[in-house]
Amino acid sequence: MAADMDASSVLDVRNLAVSFRTDRGEVPAVHDVSFTVKPGETLALVGESGSGKSVTSLAVMRLTPPAPQASLTGSILFRGRDGQVRDLATLAEHEMQAMRGNEISMIFQEPMTSLNPVHRIGDQIAEAVRYHRKVDRQAALDRAEELLVLVGIPEPRKRLKSYPHHLSGGMRQRVMIAMALACDPSVLIADEPTTALDVTVQAQILELLKELQERTGMAVVFITHNLGVVAEIADRVMVMYAGRIVERGGVVPLLKHPLMPYTHGLLRSVPRLELAAFGQAKLEAIRGNVPDPTRMPQGCSFHPRCDHAELGRCDRTIPILEEAEADHLVRCHRWRAIASVEA
Amino acid sequence: MMVKAVDYLEEDPVLTVVKQPRSANRAWQRFRRHRLAMFGVFMIVLLVLATAVGPHLIPFDDLFIDIRNRFAPPLSGAHVLGTDPLGRDLAARLLMAGRISLTVGFAAMVISTIIGTVIGVVAGFYGRIVGTILMRFVDAILCFPTIFLVLALAALIKPSVVTITLIIAATGWMEVARVVESQIRTLRERDFATAALMMGASDRYIMFRELIPNAIGPIVVAATLCIARAILMEAYVSFLGYGIQPPAASWGNMLNNAQQYLGSAPWLAIFPGLMITLAVTSFNFIGDGLRDALDARLDVS
Repeated sequence: MAADMDASSVLDVRNLAVSFRTDRGEVPAVHDVSFTVKPGETLALVGESGSGKSVTSLAVMRLTPPAPQASLTGSILFRGRDGQVRDLATLAEHEMQAMRGNEISMIFQEPMTSLNPVHRIGDQIAEAVRYHRKVDRQAALDRAEELLVLVGIPEPRKRLKSYPHHLSGGMRQRVMIAMALACDPSVLIADEPTTALDVTVQAQILELLKELQERTGMAVVFITHNLGVVAEIADRVMVMYAGRIVERGGVVPLLKHPLMPYTHGLLRSVPRLELAAFGQAKLEAIRGNVPDPTRMPQGCSFHPRCDHAELGRCDRTIPILEEAEADHLVRCHRWRAIASVEA
Repeated sequence: MMVKAVDYLEEDPVLTVVKQPRSANRAWQRFRRHRLAMFGVFMIVLLVLATAVGPHLIPFDDLFIDIRNRFAPPLSGAHVLGTDPLGRDLAARLLMAGRISLTVGFAAMVISTIIGTVIGVVAGFYGRIVGTILMRFVDAILCFPTIFLVLALAALIKPSVVTITLIIAATGWMEVARVVESQIRTLRERDFATAALMMGASDRYIMFRELIPNAIGPIVVAATLCIARAILMEAYVSFLGYGIQPPAASWGNMLNNAQQYLGSAPWLAIFPGLMITLAVTSFNFIGDGLRDALDARLDVS
């Protein structure tokens, strides 16, 4: 199944769609999502809760519920260590199991609860190694110690014997990262890994991820709703709204000149110290809420909340994702008009 | 590029290690404060020691027939607890019966805990159709009056210590299965279960290495109560004549032999009855104590 795939990328998601079957019928969670990630690159997935960013990442790990409850279409091309391209969307479950945590790993939001409270962390990391590598316990523990050093945990030999409740949140997230990196994955999906941490610790974890990425050359898909974090870590950004990509591009053009009104809104909702100093402390918010996925508005799903919505157009047809500039895509009927006004 | 662990060590407020006593220690402290449970432990240790060592200390064999001292009342001669209608020493028989009863109870507990845990964990982990089928099967077995089920099985199979143990185990695992199933159903939703899935762990690994250790408290409690139930069940079946067969003694069949002499030699019924009560209540007390000690999840954040 060696599909044609851009030689430079490690992950190539095409037309991914996920929908869940509920009592109220088929509910689409993600439609028509396509993106690629290159080795050593960080792609940030940005959006409000319910925008489909987590579902997208779960789909890539093939951890959405099995067939009758959820359906997954499209393709998720992944270049393995052996150079072979596989479509994760159609891979057999046991083959997928061999990929997870091995070639493609994930860390997530809650370091406090993501470690098993009854096992020593050394054993937990060692097991993560042993899921995929045929090594004995001692070799796995040695590797665990090495990983603890890698993620910057002091006295690694001693810490191997600690239980999760001995560690603070930042330390636990470091342990989670160590587990995720146990088998040198080529793609790491980080689902809001810093959201639950103190600000100072957040910075350390981001720094650590960047450093590890430089050293290992892995690709990172970073899911967040914090645009400050995006500016800090991402090379490219993908903004999602109501299950669709609404804007995608390099981090600088996208944050400096957002084209989609939604991205604009997100940027304006970031608290800023310098504005507060000038007495402009009132923080803007995007009015309304993310639409209920069972009752999506007609046309552009953002139009009920959009200041630029044009009746008869935005509420009729779903805009296509078009290329505004080189490698800067936007899904909006009116981006030209908006851009010319703002300019 | 060597790693900067040392830098972190100096400036990182996060890396301070929180000192906390192991929760196992705390559970043990709570357990020790539970008076009835400690009494239970004391009695069980005493019973086990007595049945293990006692028969060697008593000058009579449990099968030795002292024909001139039939129906000897307690404290009336060489036989401390008296003798039975055949003149066998009651103390020796009680202790030998205790060996069998406790062994049957313990072995039946081990088997039914294993069966119950496996069925419960599979049902709880997979849920949906598999879970529904397994748990409805559990409900169906629970619908049978257990004593009839045991008697019917015992009537079909030639009774011996091994078969009685198996029969009791086969009818006693449902409670454990229910406890485990409900535990696993909540545990599998926890983040560390998902995390293990993300790391590429197999279902079997997640069930038995990640989830079950977290459910060990309730399993231990259920298992303890299971011993009590198994001892009682063995006594029942032996009393009704389908269990441990004479001349081997069990507390149940000793009661059976005693019933026609209730008026003339009440001690024949009182002592085995007392032993059953002691063993069963002690295990129940231990079970209660363990439940209180382990179920308090207050200290696990």
